[in-house]
Amino acid sequence: MSNLAAYRRPMQSFKPDLRAVPGASPSTLRVQGLSFYYGKTRALKDVSFDIADRRITAIIGPSGCGKSTLLRVFNRMYDFVPGARAEGKVLFEAEDIVTTNRLLELRQKVGMVFQRPSPFPMSIQDNVAFAPRLLGWRRAQVKEAVARSLQAAALWDEVKDRLNAPATSLSGGQLQRLSIARCLAVNPEVILMDEPCSALDPIATLKIEDLMVELASDYTIVIVTHNMQQAARVSDYTAFMLMNQAERFGELIEFAPTGELFNQPRDRRTEDYITGRFG
Amino acid sequence: MIQAIRLSFRTRRAPLRFRLLTTAASLSAPALVIAIVAVLFQEAAPAVTRFGALFIVARSWNPVTLDFGALPFIYGTLVTSALALAIALPIGIAVAVVLAEPGAQRIRGVAGTGVELLAAIPSVVFGIWALYVLAPLVYTHVELPVAQRLGFIGIFSGQPRQTSLFTASLVLAVMILPTLSAISRDVLRAVPKGLRESAVALGATWWETSWKVVLPAARAGIFGATVLALGRALGETIAVTMVIGNRPDISPSIFAPAYTLASVIANEFTEATGQVYPAALVELGLVLILLTFAVNILALLLVRRSVELPR
Ligand SMILES: Nc1ncnc2c1ncn2[C@@H]1O[C@H](COP(=O)(O)OP(=O)(O)OP(=O)(O)O)[C@@H](O)[C@H]1O
Ligand SMILES: [Mg+2]
Repeated sequence: MSNLAAYRRPMQSFKPDLRAVPGASPSTLRVQGLSFYYGKTRALKDVSFDIADRRITAIIGPSGCGKSTLLRVFNRMYDFVPGARAEGKVLFEAEDIVTTNRLLELRQKVGMVFQRPSPFPMSIQDNVAFAPRLLGWRRAQVKEAVARSLQAAALWDEVKDRLNAPATSLSGGQLQRLSIARCLAVNPEVILMDEPCSALDPIATLKIEDLMVELASDYTIVIVTHNMQQAARVSDYTAFMLMNQAERFGELIEFAPTGELFNQPRDRRTEDYITGRFG
Repeated sequence: MIQAIRLSFRTRRAPLRFRLLTTAASLSAPALVIAIVAVLFQEAAPAVTRFGALFIVARSWNPVTLDFGALPFIYGTLVTSALALAIALPIGIAVAVVLAEPGAQRIRGVAGTGVELLAAIPSVVFGIWALYVLAPLVYTHVELPVAQRLGFIGIFSGQPRQTSLFTASLVLAVMILPTLSAISRDVLRAVPKGLRESAVALGATWWETSWKVVLPAARAGIFGATVLALGRALGETIAVTMVIGNRPDISPSIFAPAYTLASVIANEFTEATGQVYPAALVELGLVLILLTFAVNILALLLVRRSVELPR
């Protein structure tokens, strides 16, 4: 039995073209020679890979190897960390994310779902309407966006009768789907997810995974996960990262279509990690 | 299994002695309050029986004719406190928002310590500063020009004075500012980081994040800080006494002298002789306590509503 089959959820239907070779579909994000520093300490060194358009790309690797750091470069969330600095390029729609100063636009196009859901202290409806209202959309548009995004996030049926209830009244899994709806509301291109299921039970996790697969037909999704089964189940491409033990920076070890990476890893360290022989 | 269940059953109730002790301790505070009010009531009895309920609406204060009423003092207390809060609240919250912001830690540390030190200044020192520095400054640069140009409006009318309701409110504002901003800062800091990050990740500016997400999330705590500050303003005695002008009038102008409940008690207690005069002062103390209670209860009700509705 191959590694991938071992990880896969039974009956999981993969889209046939997903095993494609890199470059088969156009890339949305091109990471080129990216290094990252927290003050003087280097967290990432020379990371380069392309993230395919409307596919799910998983980033895996042991704790502390810089997965979150990498993800946070894509929508410039690191701007708030004092002393944090990125070098290199991340090309997105012919613009370099690292140097752009159109941050609000960037964050509208590159949404993010965090590990722990953070419902705003307002109603379910207002949570989803948050970003559209920031953009000054008109009432009707906002209303339409709320319904559309809640539907797209597979939450509509559960909340349509209590849109005005406080968001905090939702369960953990529902909250995470609310977070997804919240960033879908302004029609992003890319959705970044940092361990979105790590606080959820298996059933809620499966729901989010199904949702991701569904969303991937319209959105480019990048997911950081500790769960290799999850990476194998949902992603089309996988990036494996590792902390360089000698110099303590994170680096990209291998990037390949998920099937390839799990079944015929090119790097010894990748194989050790996915077969559980690592750390 | 059964062991475990029994254990949890036994540990559910604390031992009797412990419960008695904690109950007694927790009842001591309300008991003390009741005792204080009772004693005050007893001391105020001559005035209470003489003036009855009219005491709180009567406007005269005459130790010679023994004609006493609390209204000018209630007015002075409420207006100075309200004005002080109106001045200090926006500034205090703005300071708190900036101090609670992650990043530039050193500057924020220095500024934060400064705010806390401000809270440590004794009120009599504030009073001296207000009398010799603030009052003349305010008089020449605020009261005079405003009264000249806008004197036709009631609240700015009449001859401005260095010691006035307005000056007292300003001192009070400065005095409650540290309470307001230090507590609000801590409350804002306690807002989960994820909330701020989520807003930013949705394309909110710093301003939108603070105003629409962080402040609403912290509003219960900020409200608490406000109530605490208001309590301090209502009861503040010495600094206010030094700059309010000490005149038991109800003037529409905020530039006119006034008097507060706490100030009149502090000023006149030593010279109050006879039976009715000291009793009237004690009754003012009673009014002050009740006023503070009322404000606190009102605040509690308000915060219940605002917290429970849309969370
Ligand atoms: N704000 C920060 N300041 C300084 N160093 C940081 C900061 N955030 C992360 N680091 C460091 O950068 C490195 C990478 O952290 P990162 O959070 O990206 O790892 P990760 O792969 O996401 O780990 P995990 O799987 O545990 O979430 C770690 O060594 C971490 O200590
Ligand atoms: Mg992480």
